[in-house]
Amino acid sequence: MRAVCYHGKEDVRVETVPDPKILNPRDAIVKITATAICGSDLHIYDGYIPTMQKGDVLGHEFMGEVVEVGRDNNKLRVGDRVVVPFTIACGNCFFCKEQLWSLCDNSNPNAWMLEKITGFSGSALFGYSHMYGGYPGGQAEYARVPFSDVGPLRVPSSLSDEQVLFLSDILPTGYMAADNCQIKPGDTVAIWGCGPVGQFAIQSAFLLGAERVIAIDRFPERLAMAEGHSRAEVLNYSDVDVAEALRTMTGGQGPDACIDAVGMEAHGTTLDAWYDLAKTSMYMATDRTHALRQAIGCCRKGGTVSIPGVYGGLLDKFPLGAAFAKGLTLKMGQTHMHKYMPGLLDRIERGEIDPSFIITHRVTLDDAPNMYRVFRDKRDACIKVVMKPDGRA
Amino acid sequence: MRNLHTTVPEITHRTSIDALERVAALTTATAVVAYGLSRRNLPGVCLAAAATPLAYRGLSGEWPRVRNGNSTRTGIRTALAGNRGIHVRESVRLEKPIDEVYRFWRNLENLPQFMNYLDAVIDLGKGRSRWIAKGPAGTHVKWDAEIINEVENQVIGWQSLPGGDITTAGSVNFDTVRNGRSTQLSVHFQYAPPAGRAGSIIAKAFGREPSQTVREDLRRLKQLLEAGEFPHAKPRGWEL
Repeated sequence: MRAVCYHGKEDVRVETVPDPKILNPRDAIVKITATAICGSDLHIYDGYIPTMQKGDVLGHEFMGEVVEVGRDNNKLRVGDRVVVPFTIACGNCFFCKEQLWSLCDNSNPNAWMLEKITGFSGSALFGYSHMYGGYPGGQAEYARVPFSDVGPLRVPSSLSDEQVLFLSDILPTGYMAADNCQIKPGDTVAIWGCGPVGQFAIQSAFLLGAERVIAIDRFPERLAMAEGHSRAEVLNYSDVDVAEALRTMTGGQGPDACIDAVGMEAHGTTLDAWYDLAKTSMYMATDRTHALRQAIGCCRKGGTVSIPGVYGGLLDKFPLGAAFAKGLTLKMGQTHMHKYMPGLLDRIERGEIDPSFIITHRVTLDDAPNMYRVFRDKRDACIKVVMKPDGRA
Repeated sequence: MRNLHTTVPEITHRTSIDALERVAALTTATAVVAYGLSRRNLPGVCLAAAATPLAYRGLSGEWPRVRNGNSTRTGIRTALAGNRGIHVRESVRLEKPIDEVYRFWRNLENLPQFMNYLDAVIDLGKGRSRWIAKGPAGTHVKWDAEIINEVENQVIGWQSLPGGDITTAGSVNFDTVRNGRSTQLSVHFQYAPPAGRAGSIIAKAFGREPSQTVREDLRRLKQLLEAGEFPHAKPRGWEL
């Protein structure tokens, strides 16, 4: 089959690789009809994710048709149309039973690698390095889905691929980011980053009762989408002092909750942002944390900072003192996909959200190498790339 | 909940049960021993012998342990005394009922399913078993072991028998935790690294960190019992 493979920093190639096979009784094989490039794939592309190997199949946002099931899979049938969550979870361990699906104990065959770094290992992920399991990803014609009796969500034929594809990661991720804010009616939520997760966080914050959502970015097309489609108030951090603006907009109190939908490769115009860039460029630091620093600085006393953006290492100049002084709650982590997917599918069916609005580029798998670069450089007003492996982009 | 570290008497040195339970244990043990001996046949003697640990518990407040001086096997005592031998302690929590976990482990022939360095464990009956570990180029390391202490759903203790390639003793304890919801399994064993060929094979199997090897064993046990399968990213044999 054809698949998008990693070959090094800024080097992805479309190659012919062996078709996946059923390896375990609970597996299924899915013929992929739609797959996307995620912002977190760009962390791999930029060389920030260790334990990637040449030839690894990328991609963790995908859906398709079940073409084969393992003997112990009593839920899926050949022909089912499913969306696959990017986290792999067994469904039976303590964490799965506690609805903490992305912390599953039993899905990562290389758990010892993450344990060396983080103490404990969370669930495995598709196409996201060997320390997260080494599972081939979904930017391909076919994918093997482990524990497919608990992960994949059946979707009705009345909904198009583009309407349900983002149930695989970014819609639940944006939703959990807002859910973690414990929004009360009338709250103001500030969101750093108007990429796809930021856009869905804006919509989710409104769905969960926020009165105002203030979105922060520097790319005009992203700010326009946040304002036009998602009805947020917007701040362009290239033009305004974000901290000052948020203080003024909230009567000196600060937003009730702040969401960092940027992660470890934040850009900024302040002194600390240049300091981060210099240090990471010289491999003296792992993460650029400007957005998170600012979110902690701006959040009101007793508020919540929710972090869907991905962080990978040790943070430098992390303002824990400010977080402590203001009694903030910090919530973060990979999305507990299996907990949120069914409810969000219901919301899509009821017309409360149509996630397809974020798609700006529809291409085939063969376009992947070019689209990684375009998406990373945010050229061509690129916000979300969807690939159709059957070639009918 | 019982103390989770009952496998480690040299650390805890405690009497783990109250006076009432000790009296009950001693009374029950005495009755069973008297009944068993009164039968005047082999099953009766076995029954009497089986009650000995209970009598010990009644007297001392603890279950008998491999290393608390009760063993009559001086070879093992010498080989594993004090700081000699390598100690390994690891534990794991499982979302499975304690009897299910206990039954799975007590069927020793199941162990090679998650202990990768074992080729086979053969149950020889009467608490004895033959352990066959993998060596290079089809060779094997073998030893026989016997169960010397067994309380259903609580503890299995064993030691190796003379004549094998390795001298080892240990126990595995089973405890309910989290208000009875989960089971905690704790392994404590010692082995004396043998010299020569067997030694190098064992050293290779356990690596520089025997605890890490056992931790991976227990992780595979957990995967097998909870998830019903081992996670594989690729077909076996693809790994370097």
